[in-house]
Amino acid sequence: MDLAYYYELWRGMMLSKDPMLEGWQVFFVRFYQAFLENDRWLQYLKGAGTTLYVTAMALCIGVALGVLVAVIRTAHDQQRPGNRNFVLGVINLVCKVYVTIIRGTPMMVQILIMGMVIFSSSRNYTLVGALTLGINSGAYVAEIIRGGLMSLDPGQMEAGRSLGLNYFDTMRFIVVPQAFKAILPSLGNEFIVLLKDTSMISVIGGQELIKAARDVINRTYDAMFPLLGSAFVYLVLVLIFSYLQGILERRLRQSDRR
Amino acid sequence: MIDVKNLKKSFGSHLVLNGIDQHIHPGEKVVVIGPSGSGKSTFLRCLNLLETPTSGSITFEGQEITAPKADIDAIRRQMGMVFQHFNLFPNMTIRRNITLAPVRTRLMSQAEADDTATALLKRVNLEEKADAYPAQLSGGQKQRIAIVRALAMKPKLMLFDEPTSALDPEMVGEVLAVMKELAEEGMTMVVVTHEMGFAREVGTRVLFMDEGRILEENEPRAFFASPKQPRTIDFLSKVL
Repeated sequence: MDLAYYYELWRGMMLSKDPMLEGWQVFFVRFYQAFLENDRWLQYLKGAGTTLYVTAMALCIGVALGVLVAVIRTAHDQQRPGNRNFVLGVINLVCKVYVTIIRGTPMMVQILIMGMVIFSSSRNYTLVGALTLGINSGAYVAEIIRGGLMSLDPGQMEAGRSLGLNYFDTMRFIVVPQAFKAILPSLGNEFIVLLKDTSMISVIGGQELIKAARDVINRTYDAMFPLLGSAFVYLVLVLIFSYLQGILERRLRQSDRR
Repeated sequence: MIDVKNLKKSFGSHLVLNGIDQHIHPGEKVVVIGPSGSGKSTFLRCLNLLETPTSGSITFEGQEITAPKADIDAIRRQMGMVFQHFNLFPNMTIRRNITLAPVRTRLMSQAEADDTATALLKRVNLEEKADAYPAQLSGGQKQRIAIVRALAMKPKLMLFDEPTSALDPEMVGEVLAVMKELAEEGMTMVVVTHEMGFAREVGTRVLFMDEGRILEENEPRAFFASPKQPRTIDFLSKVL
């Protein structure tokens, strides 16, 4: 069966407003235009690839920044009164300002500022977008991790240290694994938000999924299938990651069984 | 073994320890009793620097541990501590709870530590729990594991911070039995407790603390038979 043949045929009927044309045939023409004509599905695929790439990069930047900021903020807040470190205080203040600014301004504004002011001469829109998303995500991840570290019973740290383990080992083997288990649902949430927020980098020209959909819309003057299609792709990606997160959570819950 | 000189500790404006002078000799079993808020736990926690003293000095085997340059991790390796709420690591099996510190501090290889763990677990009759997680144990079992975990570092001194206060009454006995056995082997122990029977039976010296000071100290028989301070008499009349 040759789809292209029927497409040409029914499209011709559509343009000449042929009364014989049925509704499902119109649907077919619009669908074919949105995904199959000129192998447009490849554009979506490329866009989805960029979306994943940007998400992965932003995630790495975000987690690295988040861990750094969370550890600094926690270390500062858990100092004993009267025994405060001045340098740590200054770094802590910088971290606080960072979190406040990022959380206090819209993501769209941050992307526009990064793309059109700070990196206005750069043509690598995707990279600039990923960087912005990473910096943005870092502030939220930092607060999530900080919550996990602070929620843990201080007795765990004390027990580790009383055995002669140093601060770093106690964090690595005792505090962080338990905190990670506690924050995994929030972290998964943040990851999903990040994945979907990559759609915003299209405003500075990032070549991701939504940009691909909009390119198709501009060509075909038909918005429905490109938008529904990209929504579907996001949904499938999120479902896959939710599933993987569920597996990881079940594995980490192993030590809870009684 | 431990020499405490004019130890003071305050939390903000609240003075918790108000000048403590003590010398603890090797092999002693010092039992610290007193009303809540008297500073017993804080005193104990100062001994391994879980609390940083505000002033005064603590010397452990000739090393001043309150000195700014003291290697606190190395000193803590020689002092075991048992907590009121056990503080086992819930993310690890019992075996790993016991072997983590000796292996990470390079005291033992993993194989040596595993052997030590098995031997210690056998001693407290919990060898079949080696691969269980802490959530699967009763309070008494957890506390016995916590003692064993501290012992795996082969400490010279054991600190007990109200080890039976969070236990169901029927589980107190099994934990005290382990501590008693440890005492008989000659371990130096400092025990904060409300178990007067243990103090009388196992202690070689009893300290009574109130309002951040050691009000009275004596060997247990004399201490319980003829307390001298009115505050001590009052306290003992309420708990005995």
